[in-house]
Amino acid sequence: MRHRWIRIEETLMLFLMRASLLVVLGSLVFILATILIKGLPALNLAMLTQIPRGGYYLGKEGGILNAITGSLALAGGATAISFCLALAVAIYLHNFCSSERWASVLRLALDVLWGIPSIVYGAFGFTVMLFIGLRASLLGGIVALVLLELPIMARTMDEVMNLVPSGLKEASHAVGATRLETAFKVVVRQTLPGLITALLLGFGRGIGDAASVLFTAGYTDRLPSSLFRPVASLPLAVFFQLGTPVADVRARAYASALILTGMILVISLLTRYFSRWGMRNVIR
Amino acid sequence: MDTVIQSLGLTVAYGSQRAIDNVTVSFPERQITAIIGPSGCGKSTLLRSLCRLVELTDGVEIWGRVIFDSEDIYAPGVDVTDVRKRIGLLAQRPYPLPMSIYENVAYGPRIYGIRQRSALDELVEKELQAAGLWEEVRHRLNEPASALSIGQQQRLCLARGLAVEPEVLLCDEVTSSLDPLSTQRIESRLIELKQQYSIILVTHVLRQARHLADYVVFMYMGELIEHGPSEEFFANPKHEKTRAYLAGEFY
Ligand SMILES: Nc1ncnc2c1ncn2[C@@H]1O[C@H](COP(=O)(O)OP(=O)(O)O)[C@@H](O)[C@H]1O
Ligand SMILES: [Mg+2]
Repeated sequence: MRHRWIRIEETLMLFLMRASLLVVLGSLVFILATILIKGLPALNLAMLTQIPRGGYYLGKEGGILNAITGSLALAGGATAISFCLALAVAIYLHNFCSSERWASVLRLALDVLWGIPSIVYGAFGFTVMLFIGLRASLLGGIVALVLLELPIMARTMDEVMNLVPSGLKEASHAVGATRLETAFKVVVRQTLPGLITALLLGFGRGIGDAASVLFTAGYTDRLPSSLFRPVASLPLAVFFQLGTPVADVRARAYASALILTGMILVISLLTRYFSRWGMRNVIR
Repeated sequence: MDTVIQSLGLTVAYGSQRAIDNVTVSFPERQITAIIGPSGCGKSTLLRSLCRLVELTDGVEIWGRVIFDSEDIYAPGVDVTDVRKRIGLLAQRPYPLPMSIYENVAYGPRIYGIRQRSALDELVEKELQAAGLWEEVRHRLNEPASALSIGQQQRLCLARGLAVEPEVLLCDEVTSSLDPLSTQRIESRLIELKQQYSIILVTHVLRQARHLADYVVFMYMGELIEHGPSEEFFANPKHEKTRAYLAGEFY
């Protein structure tokens, strides 16, 4: 009797797991198929190599190089800055923070920041910019994205540093290394694959976010030229093109989404490669 | 018999629990001292408080003094990294650092400012020789240390510890996770190393204590019960707890 119940239970659980898997894979395939089918016909070399010409948004010639380079500048700059700040926060939490309570307050703060919707960061950044008299610009966008990426990266690094065995840090202290030397020479190397993953997560969130750069970075048809000028970004390019009544331009929106997805795919693969490379020294 | 390091009324507590209580003992210079006793009696705690590594544990409290080179290593103003450099510790489980074999040995010397490649090369070879690992790794110095077997890792950790030229070497059950052959290799290294270093060895293998030690310290439940020169200690234990322990009545 009991035996039969276990069999039924197992079958049911297996079914549920397979169903979840199907939802995950199914939505991925569905999204990819949509942007491929709708975007591929509109994708051409000009999209990747040109900026919008006059009448681009009515279906005339041009491309979205402005948004590609703008997004790279925004997300690249913000990710580089967040990486350094997040590393400092994580190292502080694990090697210098002597009070457990203070550490848990910091972690809670980071978790709350993680959950704040990006439009709030955008609005906050915009308010601050108004206050100090900064226009919508690359710099403003980078600052907003740093706020967005920092908690993700810091908490991810924090979690991987949690897994560093205390014996490993002790081995470094035992030859007379300071806490700082131990942190940078041992902990960073031991957690390198995790740090690279944190980098990817931050970059992925930054390059794909529209709301935080809407007011802070603005939009322009030009290439990024200065920290103090507005820049375009891919998510906003998708948004603007999708909102036109011209069918050709809407197809270009899907092509832009395809480009964005492709960039994220490339970054993911690079990360995997470097992560694996970073694995070889890790002590288990 | 000269004393290299001496604890005076040393007491260490984790939270409210005292792991060692009022331990006063002198360790002889350039000899091997074995600290023996049942597991959980505070051997590791004593060892780790002799090089100020115990304070890395959260919530630990330390009272008493440890005299080394006629100074209290717990006195205010003492440079703790200097203490740890001069009193090296080899842990129970080998933890190679996440870098190459070469870099593991060069880690300490680099911290102390040796940058010249030829000097580092020479040092790495010398210490790997001293740890009895050189022949096995000489052609793969740039491979990650994580690829070594556990016995090799322990000898690598020994080489890394020796590379900063400590005066005292603390060994915490360094052979407990090793196979018999690796154990033998480490033991023979230790015997050789006592020409230059004062060695304090925690072990719960009586055979090892008999085989290696010149001086023996017996602990029980955080207290120092008896200590003395090895021959006398084993031939003629004075305390009844010691006799019971040596007779194998408890572990
Ligand atoms: N990090 C720690 N936190 C709390 N208690 C500990 C810690 N390390 C050791 N102890 C306790 O201190 C006592 C002595 O431990 P230890 O020095 O490791 O003994 P031994 O090395 O002789 O086995 C034990 O009762 C152990 O439970
Ligand atoms: Mg122990």
